Amino acid sequence: MLTAGIDAGSLSTKVVILNQDKIMAYEVLATGIDIGAATKRAMDNVLEKAGISLQDVESIGSTGVGKKKVPYKSVQGTEVVCDTKGALYFYPKSNGVIDIGGENCRAIKFDAEGNIVDFALNDKCASGTGIFLDAMAKALRVKPEEMGELSLQSTEDIEVTSMCSVFAESEVVSMIHRKVPKNNILRGIHKSIASRVVGLANRILLEGNVIIIGGIAKNIGLVTTLNELMNSELTVPEKPEVVGALGAALLARERKE
Amino acid sequence: MITAGVDVGSLTGKTVILKDNEILAWNIIPTGPDSSETAKEVFDMTLKQAGLTMEDIEYIVSTGYGRVVVPFSNKNITEITCHAKGANWFFPSVRLILDMGGQDCKGIRCDDTGKVTNFAMNDKCAAGAGRSMEIMSGLLDTPLAEMGGLSLDIKNRLAPLSSTCVVFARTEVLGYLHEGTHKNDVLAGACEALADRVYTLLKRVGIEGDFVISGGIAKNIGVVKRIEQKVGLKANICFEPQIVGALGAAVFGRGILEKKTAKKK
Repeated sequence: MLTAGIDAGSLSTKVVILNQDKIMAYEVLATGIDIGAATKRAMDNVLEKAGISLQDVESIGSTGVGKKKVPYKSVQGTEVVCDTKGALYFYPKSNGVIDIGGENCRAIKFDAEGNIVDFALNDKCASGTGIFLDAMAKALRVKPEEMGELSLQSTEDIEVTSMCSVFAESEVVSMIHRKVPKNNILRGIHKSIASRVVGLANRILLEGNVIIIGGIAKNIGLVTTLNELMNSELTVPEKPEVVGALGAALLARERKE
Repeated sequence: MITAGVDVGSLTGKTVILKDNEILAWNIIPTGPDSSETAKEVFDMTLKQAGLTMEDIEYIVSTGYGRVVVPFSNKNITEITCHAKGANWFFPSVRLILDMGGQDCKGIRCDDTGKVTNFAMNDKCAAGAGRSMEIMSGLLDTPLAEMGGLSLDIKNRLAPLSSTCVVFARTEVLGYLHEGTHKNDVLAGACEALADRVYTLLKRVGIEGDFVISGGIAKNIGVVKRIEQKVGLKANICFEPQIVGALGAAVFGRGILEKKTAKKK
Protein backbone atom coordinates (compact mmCIF):
# COMPACT_ATOMS: atom_id res chain seq x y z
CA MET A 1 0.00 0.00 0.00
CA LEU A 2 1.29 3.47 -0.93
CA THR A 3 0.69 6.24 1.59
CA ALA A 4 1.99 9.78 1.95
CA GLY A 5 2.71 11.84 5.06
CA ILE A 6 2.88 15.62 5.12
CA ASP A 7 4.42 17.64 7.94
CA ALA A 8 3.61 21.29 7.29
CA GLY A 9 5.92 23.03 9.76
CA SER A 10 6.36 26.73 10.43
CA LEU A 11 9.77 26.89 8.75
CA SER A 12 9.95 23.75 6.59
CA THR A 13 7.52 21.42 4.88
CA LYS A 14 8.26 17.70 4.73
CA VAL A 15 6.58 14.99 2.63
CA VAL A 16 7.31 11.26 2.79
CA ILE A 17 6.02 8.46 0.54
CA LEU A 18 5.73 5.12 2.27
CA ASN A 19 5.47 1.81 0.40
CA GLN A 20 4.28 -0.70 2.99
CA ASP A 21 7.02 -0.31 5.57
CA LYS A 22 9.63 1.28 3.35
CA ILE A 23 10.35 4.95 2.73
CA MET A 24 10.24 5.34 -1.08
CA ALA A 25 11.09 9.02 -1.24
CA TYR A 26 11.05 12.16 0.84
CA GLU A 27 11.33 15.90 0.32
CA VAL A 28 12.10 18.81 2.65
CA LEU A 29 11.70 22.44 1.59
CA ALA A 30 11.23 25.88 3.12
CA THR A 31 7.59 26.65 3.92
CA GLY A 32 7.76 30.36 3.14
CA ILE A 33 4.57 32.34 3.46
CA ASP A 34 2.12 30.14 1.55
CA ILE A 35 1.78 26.77 3.29
CA GLY A 36 -0.56 25.36 0.63
CA ALA A 37 1.82 26.18 -2.21
CA ALA A 38 4.82 24.79 -0.33
CA THR A 39 3.00 21.53 0.36
CA LYS A 40 1.97 21.15 -3.25
CA ARG A 41 5.52 21.74 -4.44
CA ALA A 42 6.93 19.25 -1.95
CA MET A 43 4.31 16.68 -2.94
CA ASP A 44 5.01 17.11 -6.68
CA ASN A 45 8.74 16.70 -6.09
CA VAL A 46 8.39 13.62 -3.92
CA LEU A 47 5.97 11.94 -6.38
CA GLU A 48 8.46 12.53 -9.15
CA LYS A 49 11.32 11.10 -7.06
CA ALA A 50 9.23 8.01 -6.30
CA GLY A 51 8.15 7.76 -9.94
CA ILE A 52 4.44 7.59 -9.11
CA SER A 53 1.42 9.84 -9.50
CA LEU A 54 -0.95 11.23 -6.90
CA GLN A 55 -3.63 8.67 -7.90
CA ASP A 56 -1.31 5.86 -6.78
CA VAL A 57 -1.30 7.19 -3.22
CA GLU A 58 -4.11 5.46 -1.35
CA SER A 59 -4.16 7.64 1.71
CA ILE A 60 -2.51 10.84 2.93
CA GLY A 61 -1.78 11.84 6.51
CA SER A 62 -0.94 15.36 7.61
CA THR A 63 0.54 16.99 10.68
CA GLY A 64 2.36 20.16 11.72
CA VAL A 65 1.09 23.69 12.41
CA GLY A 66 -0.13 24.02 8.81
CA LYS A 67 -2.00 20.70 8.64
CA LYS A 68 -5.36 22.43 8.18
CA LYS A 69 -4.08 24.34 5.16
CA VAL A 70 -2.84 21.27 3.28
CA PRO A 71 -4.53 21.21 -0.17
CA TYR A 72 -5.20 17.44 -0.11
CA LYS A 73 -7.85 15.28 1.51
CA SER A 74 -5.92 13.90 4.44
CA VAL A 75 -6.12 12.23 7.83
CA GLN A 76 -4.96 14.85 10.33
CA GLY A 77 -2.84 13.83 13.30
CA THR A 78 -1.38 15.92 16.08
CA GLU A 79 2.38 16.42 16.09
CA VAL A 80 2.62 14.48 19.36
CA VAL A 81 0.95 11.39 17.87
CA CYS A 82 2.88 11.53 14.59
CA ASP A 83 6.25 12.10 16.29
CA THR A 84 5.61 9.06 18.48
CA LYS A 85 4.64 6.83 15.55
CA GLY A 86 7.62 7.99 13.52
CA ALA A 87 10.06 7.45 16.40
CA LEU A 88 8.80 3.93 17.06
CA TYR A 89 9.16 3.12 13.36
CA PHE A 90 12.88 3.93 13.49
CA TYR A 91 13.51 2.65 17.03
CA PRO A 92 10.91 0.23 18.37
CA LYS A 93 12.69 0.22 21.74
CA SER A 94 12.50 3.99 22.25
CA ASN A 95 10.30 5.48 24.95
CA GLY A 96 10.57 9.18 24.30
CA VAL A 97 11.07 11.92 21.73
CA ILE A 98 12.48 15.41 21.79
CA ASP A 99 11.34 17.34 18.72
CA ILE A 100 12.93 20.73 18.16
CA GLY A 101 11.05 22.48 15.39
CA GLY A 102 11.35 25.89 13.80
CA GLU A 103 9.00 27.67 16.19
CA ASN A 104 8.37 25.16 18.94
CA CYS A 105 9.88 22.40 20.99
CA ARG A 106 8.26 19.24 22.31
CA ALA A 107 9.19 16.46 24.70
CA ILE A 108 7.04 13.30 24.56
CA LYS A 109 7.09 10.21 26.75
CA PHE A 110 5.41 6.98 25.59
CA ASP A 111 5.27 3.30 26.55
CA ALA A 112 6.27 0.21 24.55
CA GLU A 113 2.84 0.03 22.85
CA GLY A 114 3.17 3.59 21.66
CA ASN A 115 0.64 4.98 24.15
CA ILE A 116 1.50 8.56 25.03
CA VAL A 117 2.18 8.88 28.76
CA ASP A 118 2.94 12.59 28.97
CA PHE A 119 4.24 15.49 26.91
CA ALA A 120 5.39 19.08 27.34
CA LEU A 121 5.39 21.81 24.73
CA ASN A 122 6.88 25.24 24.27
CA ASP A 123 5.18 27.14 21.48
CA LYS A 124 4.97 30.48 23.25
CA CYS A 125 8.56 31.62 23.15
CA ALA A 126 11.23 31.37 20.48
CA SER A 127 14.05 30.55 22.87
CA GLY A 128 14.83 26.85 22.72
CA THR A 129 13.60 26.54 19.13
CA GLY A 130 15.12 26.51 15.68
CA ILE A 131 14.33 30.13 14.87
CA PHE A 132 16.52 31.19 17.82
CA LEU A 133 19.46 29.35 16.33
CA ASP A 134 18.76 30.85 12.89
CA ALA A 135 18.77 34.36 14.35
CA MET A 136 22.08 33.68 16.09
CA ALA A 137 23.60 32.28 12.91
CA LYS A 138 22.71 35.55 11.19
CA ALA A 139 24.12 37.69 14.01
CA LEU A 140 27.38 35.73 13.92
CA ARG A 141 27.45 35.45 10.13
CA VAL A 142 27.91 31.69 10.09
CA LYS A 143 25.93 29.11 8.12
CA PRO A 144 23.33 27.36 10.29
CA GLU A 145 24.68 23.96 9.28
CA GLU A 146 28.20 24.89 10.42
CA MET A 147 27.22 26.18 13.87
CA GLY A 148 27.31 22.86 15.70
CA GLU A 149 30.73 21.83 14.50
CA LEU A 150 32.22 25.27 15.31
CA SER A 151 30.71 25.27 18.79
CA LEU A 152 32.61 22.07 19.59
CA GLN A 153 35.87 23.91 18.94
CA SER A 154 35.27 26.38 21.76
CA THR A 155 38.17 27.15 24.07
CA GLU A 156 36.31 28.69 26.98
CA ASP A 157 32.92 28.20 28.61
CA ILE A 158 30.81 31.33 28.47
CA GLU A 159 27.17 31.92 29.33
CA VAL A 160 24.57 33.61 27.19
CA THR A 161 22.42 34.79 30.08
CA SER A 162 19.42 36.27 28.23
CA MET A 163 16.45 33.95 28.04
CA CYS A 164 14.75 35.96 25.28
CA SER A 165 15.97 35.54 21.67
CA VAL A 166 15.72 39.27 21.10
CA PHE A 167 17.82 40.12 24.15
CA ALA A 168 20.22 37.25 23.43
CA GLU A 169 20.83 38.75 20.00
CA SER A 170 21.96 42.04 21.62
CA GLU A 171 24.05 40.10 24.09
CA VAL A 172 25.75 38.21 21.28
CA VAL A 173 26.37 41.42 19.33
CA SER A 174 28.06 42.96 22.37
CA MET A 175 30.19 39.81 22.72
CA ILE A 176 31.24 40.17 19.09
CA HIS A 177 32.25 43.77 19.84
CA ARG A 178 34.25 42.60 22.82
CA LYS A 179 36.03 40.21 20.45
CA VAL A 180 34.89 37.05 22.23
CA PRO A 181 35.87 34.20 19.87
CA LYS A 182 32.99 33.07 17.66
CA ASN A 183 33.31 29.43 18.67
CA ASN A 184 32.94 30.29 22.35
CA ILE A 185 29.83 32.37 21.67
CA LEU A 186 28.38 29.49 19.66
CA ARG A 187 29.01 27.09 22.50
CA GLY A 188 27.22 29.49 24.86
CA ILE A 189 24.27 29.72 22.46
CA HIS A 190 23.98 25.95 22.22
CA LYS A 191 24.10 25.62 25.98
CA SER A 192 21.33 28.18 26.29
CA ILE A 193 19.01 26.28 23.93
CA ALA A 194 19.92 22.94 25.47
CA SER A 195 19.02 24.14 28.95
CA ARG A 196 15.58 25.21 27.74
CA VAL A 197 15.02 21.86 26.05
CA VAL A 198 16.20 19.89 29.08
CA GLY A 199 13.88 21.97 31.26
CA LEU A 200 10.99 20.82 29.07
CA ALA A 201 12.14 17.17 29.18
CA ASN A 202 12.53 17.27 32.96
CA ARG A 203 8.98 18.49 33.36
CA ILE A 204 7.74 15.11 32.14
CA LEU A 205 10.64 13.18 33.75
CA LEU A 206 11.85 12.00 30.38
CA GLU A 207 14.68 9.45 30.42
CA GLY A 208 15.64 6.13 28.88
CA ASN A 209 15.79 5.60 25.12
CA VAL A 210 15.11 9.04 23.81
CA ILE A 211 15.17 10.00 20.14
CA ILE A 212 15.89 13.54 19.06
CA ILE A 213 14.17 14.69 15.87
CA GLY A 214 13.57 17.79 13.81
CA GLY A 215 16.12 19.42 11.51
CA ILE A 216 18.11 20.65 14.51
CA ALA A 217 19.00 17.07 15.43
CA LYS A 218 21.59 17.32 12.66
CA ASN A 219 23.39 19.95 14.73
CA ILE A 220 26.14 17.99 16.44
CA GLY A 221 26.88 20.85 18.83
CA LEU A 222 23.37 20.84 20.23
CA VAL A 223 23.13 17.06 20.49
CA THR A 224 26.47 16.94 22.32
CA THR A 225 25.38 19.65 24.75
CA LEU A 226 22.02 17.96 25.33
CA ASN A 227 23.78 14.68 26.07
CA GLU A 228 25.91 16.43 28.68
CA LEU A 229 22.86 17.85 30.40
CA MET A 230 20.42 14.93 30.16
CA ASN A 231 20.16 11.72 32.09
CA SER A 232 19.90 9.69 28.93
CA GLU A 233 21.91 9.23 25.77
CA LEU A 234 20.03 10.72 22.84
CA THR A 235 19.75 8.84 19.56
CA VAL A 236 19.64 10.73 16.29
CA PRO A 237 17.77 8.87 13.53
CA GLU A 238 19.06 8.85 9.98
CA LYS A 239 16.53 11.40 8.69
CA PRO A 240 15.58 13.35 11.81
CA GLU A 241 13.65 16.04 9.93
CA VAL A 242 11.12 13.68 8.33
CA VAL A 243 10.10 11.63 11.38
CA GLY A 244 6.89 13.62 11.89
CA ALA A 245 5.90 13.29 8.23
CA LEU A 246 6.65 9.59 8.39
CA GLY A 247 4.42 9.31 11.45
CA ALA A 248 1.63 11.00 9.46
CA ALA A 249 2.07 8.45 6.65
CA LEU A 250 1.92 5.61 9.19
CA LEU A 251 -1.24 7.12 10.67
CA ALA A 252 -2.82 7.30 7.22
CA ARG A 253 -1.96 3.64 6.62
CA GLU A 254 -3.44 2.56 9.96
CA ARG A 255 -6.69 4.35 9.23
CA LYS A 256 -6.88 2.78 5.78
CA GLU A 257 -6.30 -0.71 7.15
CA MET B 1 20.07 72.94 47.92
CA ILE B 2 21.07 71.43 44.54
CA THR B 3 21.01 67.70 43.90
CA ALA B 4 21.14 65.55 40.76
CA GLY B 5 19.80 62.17 39.65
CA VAL B 6 21.43 60.10 36.92
CA ASP B 7 19.45 57.21 35.41
CA VAL B 8 21.55 54.97 33.17
CA GLY B 9 19.09 52.74 31.33
CA SER B 10 19.71 50.04 28.76
CA LEU B 11 18.79 52.32 25.88
CA THR B 12 18.94 55.89 27.23
CA GLY B 13 20.80 57.87 29.88
CA LYS B 14 18.97 60.65 31.76
CA THR B 15 19.97 63.36 34.19
CA VAL B 16 17.81 65.73 36.23
CA ILE B 17 19.15 68.61 38.32
CA LEU B 18 16.90 69.64 41.18
CA LYS B 19 17.15 72.90 43.08
CA ASP B 20 15.12 72.61 46.28
CA ASN B 21 11.83 71.49 44.78
CA GLU B 22 12.26 72.78 41.24
CA ILE B 23 13.66 71.06 38.15
CA LEU B 24 16.53 73.23 36.89
CA ALA B 25 17.51 71.16 33.86
CA TRP B 26 17.21 67.67 32.42
CA ASN B 27 18.48 65.66 29.43
CA ILE B 28 18.02 62.32 27.72
CA ILE B 29 20.62 60.77 25.42
CA PRO B 30 20.97 57.29 23.88
CA THR B 31 23.17 54.90 25.90
CA GLY B 32 26.39 54.18 24.04
CA PRO B 33 28.50 51.05 24.35
CA ASP B 34 30.17 52.50 27.48
CA SER B 35 27.62 53.26 30.21
CA SER B 36 30.07 55.33 32.31
CA GLU B 37 30.79 57.56 29.34
CA THR B 38 27.07 57.96 28.68
CA ALA B 39 26.47 58.95 32.31
CA LYS B 40 29.25 61.52 32.17
CA GLU B 41 28.09 62.92 28.86
CA VAL B 42 24.47 63.41 29.84
CA PHE B 43 25.52 64.82 33.22
CA ASP B 44 27.89 67.38 31.70
CA MET B 45 25.26 68.44 29.16
CA THR B 46 22.74 69.05 31.92
CA LEU B 47 25.24 70.98 34.08
CA LYS B 48 25.99 73.25 31.17
CA GLN B 49 22.33 73.80 30.48
CA ALA B 50 21.73 74.77 34.12
CA GLY B 51 24.83 77.01 34.06
CA LEU B 52 26.39 75.03 36.92
CA THR B 53 29.63 73.15 37.55
CA MET B 54 30.19 69.80 39.25
CA GLU B 55 31.13 71.61 42.49
CA ASP B 56 27.68 73.22 42.69
CA ILE B 57 25.94 69.85 42.96
CA GLU B 58 25.73 68.88 46.60
CA TYR B 59 24.62 65.28 46.21
CA ILE B 60 24.32 62.89 43.23
CA VAL B 61 22.29 59.68 43.21
CA SER B 62 22.55 57.20 40.35
CA THR B 63 19.92 54.65 39.31
CA GLY B 64 19.02 52.40 36.38
CA TYR B 65 20.71 49.21 35.35
CA GLY B 66 24.03 51.05 34.89
CA ARG B 67 23.82 52.78 38.29
CA VAL B 68 26.95 51.11 39.67
CA VAL B 69 29.18 52.38 36.86
CA VAL B 70 28.53 56.09 37.46
CA PRO B 71 31.91 57.10 38.92
CA PHE B 72 30.84 60.52 40.21
CA SER B 73 27.71 59.52 42.14
CA ASN B 74 27.52 59.62 45.94
CA LYS B 75 25.06 56.76 46.19
CA ASN B 76 23.12 54.37 44.00
CA ILE B 77 19.51 53.36 44.50
CA THR B 78 17.50 50.78 42.52
CA GLU B 79 15.28 52.08 39.73
CA ILE B 80 12.08 50.68 41.21
CA THR B 81 12.56 52.75 44.37
CA CYS B 82 13.45 55.85 42.32
CA HIS B 83 10.54 55.50 39.92
CA ALA B 84 8.04 55.36 42.74
CA LYS B 85 9.65 58.42 44.36
CA GLY B 86 9.68 60.33 41.06
CA ALA B 87 6.07 59.45 40.26
CA ASN B 88 5.07 60.58 43.75
CA TRP B 89 6.83 63.92 43.17
CA PHE B 90 4.86 64.58 39.98
CA PHE B 91 1.57 63.12 41.20
CA PRO B 92 1.38 62.83 45.02
CA SER B 93 -1.87 60.83 44.87
CA VAL B 94 -0.35 58.02 42.75
CA ARG B 95 -0.58 54.45 44.09
CA LEU B 96 0.04 52.40 40.92
CA ILE B 97 2.90 52.94 38.47
CA LEU B 98 3.72 51.32 35.18
CA ASP B 99 7.24 51.98 34.03
CA MET B 100 8.21 50.55 30.70
CA GLY B 101 11.68 51.04 29.34
CA GLY B 102 13.51 49.52 26.43
CA GLN B 103 14.48 46.24 28.04
CA ASP B 104 12.09 45.81 30.92
CA CYS B 105 8.69 46.59 32.38
CA LYS B 106 7.71 47.16 35.99
CA GLY B 107 4.40 47.37 37.78
CA ILE B 108 4.86 49.20 41.08
CA ARG B 109 2.52 49.93 43.99
CA CYS B 110 3.45 52.67 46.44
CA ASP B 111 2.10 54.51 49.47
CA ASP B 112 1.40 58.23 49.94
CA THR B 113 5.11 59.00 50.47
CA GLY B 114 6.20 57.22 47.29
CA LYS B 115 7.54 54.21 49.20
CA VAL B 116 7.29 50.92 47.27
CA THR B 117 4.80 48.46 48.77
CA ASN B 118 4.79 45.84 46.01
CA PHE B 119 6.16 45.35 42.52
CA ALA B 120 6.33 42.91 39.61
CA MET B 121 8.84 43.01 36.84
CA ASN B 122 9.55 41.52 33.45
CA ASP B 123 13.15 41.79 32.34
CA LYS B 124 13.33 38.38 30.70
CA CYS B 125 11.25 38.79 27.61
CA ALA B 126 11.24 41.46 24.91
CA ALA B 127 7.55 40.95 24.14
CA GLY B 128 6.65 42.76 27.35
CA ALA B 129 9.10 45.63 26.91
CA GLY B 130 9.58 48.73 24.79
CA ARG B 131 11.92 46.74 22.61
CA SER B 132 8.94 45.04 20.95
CA MET B 133 7.80 48.43 19.67
CA GLU B 134 11.25 49.22 18.32
CA ILE B 135 11.28 45.97 16.39
CA MET B 136 7.82 46.67 14.96
CA SER B 137 8.92 50.20 14.11
CA GLY B 138 11.74 48.83 11.98
CA LEU B 139 9.61 46.10 10.44
CA LEU B 140 6.77 48.45 9.48
CA ASP B 141 9.10 51.28 8.54
CA THR B 142 7.33 53.69 10.89
CA PRO B 143 9.11 56.07 13.30
CA LEU B 144 8.50 55.15 16.96
CA ALA B 145 6.91 58.53 17.60
CA GLU B 146 4.23 57.99 14.94
CA MET B 147 3.26 54.41 15.78
CA GLY B 148 0.73 55.16 18.51
CA GLY B 149 -1.20 57.76 16.54
CA LEU B 150 -1.39 55.61 13.42
CA SER B 151 -2.53 52.60 15.44
CA LEU B 152 -5.68 54.51 16.43
CA ASP B 153 -6.63 55.16 12.82
CA ILE B 154 -7.45 51.68 11.58
CA LYS B 155 -9.39 50.16 8.71
CA ASN B 156 -9.97 46.66 10.07
CA ARG B 157 -9.55 45.28 13.52
CA LEU B 158 -7.07 42.38 13.54
CA ALA B 159 -6.53 39.89 16.33
CA PRO B 160 -3.70 41.07 18.59
CA LEU B 161 -0.26 39.84 17.54
CA SER B 162 1.49 37.23 19.67
CA SER B 163 1.96 38.83 23.08
CA THR B 164 4.29 36.12 24.30
CA CYS B 165 7.15 36.35 21.82
CA VAL B 166 8.42 39.13 19.57
CA VAL B 167 10.09 36.62 17.29
CA PHE B 168 6.73 34.98 16.58
CA ALA B 169 5.00 38.35 16.29
CA ARG B 170 7.57 39.29 13.66
CA THR B 171 6.55 36.24 11.60
CA GLU B 172 2.89 37.20 11.99
CA VAL B 173 3.60 40.74 10.80
CA LEU B 174 5.43 39.51 7.72
CA GLY B 175 2.43 37.34 6.92
CA TYR B 176 0.03 40.30 7.26
CA LEU B 177 2.20 42.54 5.09
CA HIS B 178 2.38 39.82 2.47
CA GLU B 179 -1.43 39.66 2.40
CA GLY B 180 -1.51 43.43 1.86
CA THR B 181 -2.96 44.30 5.28
CA HIS B 182 -2.88 48.03 6.02
CA LYS B 183 0.10 49.11 8.14
CA ASN B 184 -2.11 50.86 10.69
CA ASP B 185 -4.09 47.69 11.32
CA VAL B 186 -0.89 45.76 12.02
CA LEU B 187 0.34 48.56 14.31
CA ALA B 188 -2.94 48.33 16.20
CA GLY B 189 -2.37 44.59 16.64
CA ALA B 190 1.13 45.27 18.00
CA CYS B 191 -0.07 47.93 20.49
CA GLU B 192 -2.92 45.68 21.59
CA ALA B 193 -0.52 42.80 22.24
CA LEU B 194 1.77 44.97 24.35
CA ALA B 195 -1.18 46.37 26.31
CA ASP B 196 -2.38 42.80 26.98
CA ARG B 197 0.99 41.86 28.32
CA VAL B 198 1.21 44.94 30.55
CA TYR B 199 -2.27 44.30 31.88
CA THR B 200 -1.31 40.85 33.20
CA LEU B 201 1.74 42.35 34.91
CA LEU B 202 -0.35 45.08 36.56
CA LYS B 203 -2.93 42.54 37.70
CA ARG B 204 -0.15 40.77 39.58
CA VAL B 205 0.54 43.82 41.76
CA GLY B 206 -3.11 44.81 42.07
CA ILE B 207 -4.92 47.49 40.07
CA GLU B 208 -6.00 50.22 42.47
CA GLY B 209 -5.64 53.94 43.08
CA ASP B 210 -4.32 56.73 40.92
CA PHE B 211 -2.27 55.48 38.00
CA VAL B 212 0.93 56.81 36.42
CA ILE B 213 2.70 55.60 33.29
CA SER B 214 6.39 56.45 32.98
CA GLY B 215 9.21 55.45 30.66
CA GLY B 216 9.38 55.73 26.90
CA ILE B 217 6.18 53.78 26.32
CA ALA B 218 4.14 56.61 27.88
CA LYS B 219 4.82 58.54 24.66
CA ASN B 220 2.98 55.94 22.60
CA ILE B 221 -0.65 57.05 22.69
CA GLY B 222 -1.78 53.83 20.99
CA VAL B 223 -0.42 51.68 23.81
CA VAL B 224 -1.45 54.13 26.56
CA LYS B 225 -5.09 54.31 25.36
CA ARG B 226 -5.34 50.53 25.21
CA ILE B 227 -3.81 50.07 28.66
CA GLU B 228 -6.23 52.65 30.10
CA GLN B 229 -9.12 50.73 28.59
CA LYS B 230 -8.00 47.42 30.04
CA VAL B 231 -7.18 48.63 33.56
CA GLY B 232 -10.15 50.99 33.67
CA LEU B 233 -8.05 53.89 34.99
CA LYS B 234 -6.96 57.15 33.45
CA ALA B 235 -3.17 57.34 33.17
CA ASN B 236 -1.33 60.38 34.52
CA ILE B 237 1.68 61.19 32.39
CA CYS B 238 4.15 63.95 33.24
CA PHE B 239 5.67 66.32 30.67
CA GLU B 240 8.67 64.02 30.14
CA PRO B 241 7.90 60.43 31.21
CA GLN B 242 11.47 59.27 30.63
CA ILE B 243 12.98 61.36 33.44
CA VAL B 244 10.81 60.05 36.29
CA GLY B 245 13.53 57.68 37.54
CA ALA B 246 16.29 60.30 37.40
CA LEU B 247 14.04 62.78 39.15
CA GLY B 248 13.26 60.26 41.88
CA ALA B 249 17.02 59.79 42.34
CA ALA B 250 17.52 63.56 42.72
CA VAL B 251 14.67 63.72 45.24
CA PHE B 252 16.36 60.95 47.26
CA GLY B 253 19.59 62.96 47.11
CA ARG B 254 17.78 65.94 48.58
CA GLY B 255 16.31 63.82 51.36
CA ILE B 256 19.74 62.47 52.28
CA LEU B 257 21.23 65.97 52.36
CA GLU B 258 18.40 67.27 54.52
CA LYS B 259 18.99 64.51 57.05
CA LYS B 260 22.70 65.26 57.12
CA THR B 261 22.12 68.97 57.69
CA ALA B 262 19.60 68.25 60.42
CA LYS B 263 22.16 66.04 62.19
CA LYS B 264 24.84 68.73 62.06
CA LYS B 265 22.50 71.18 63.66
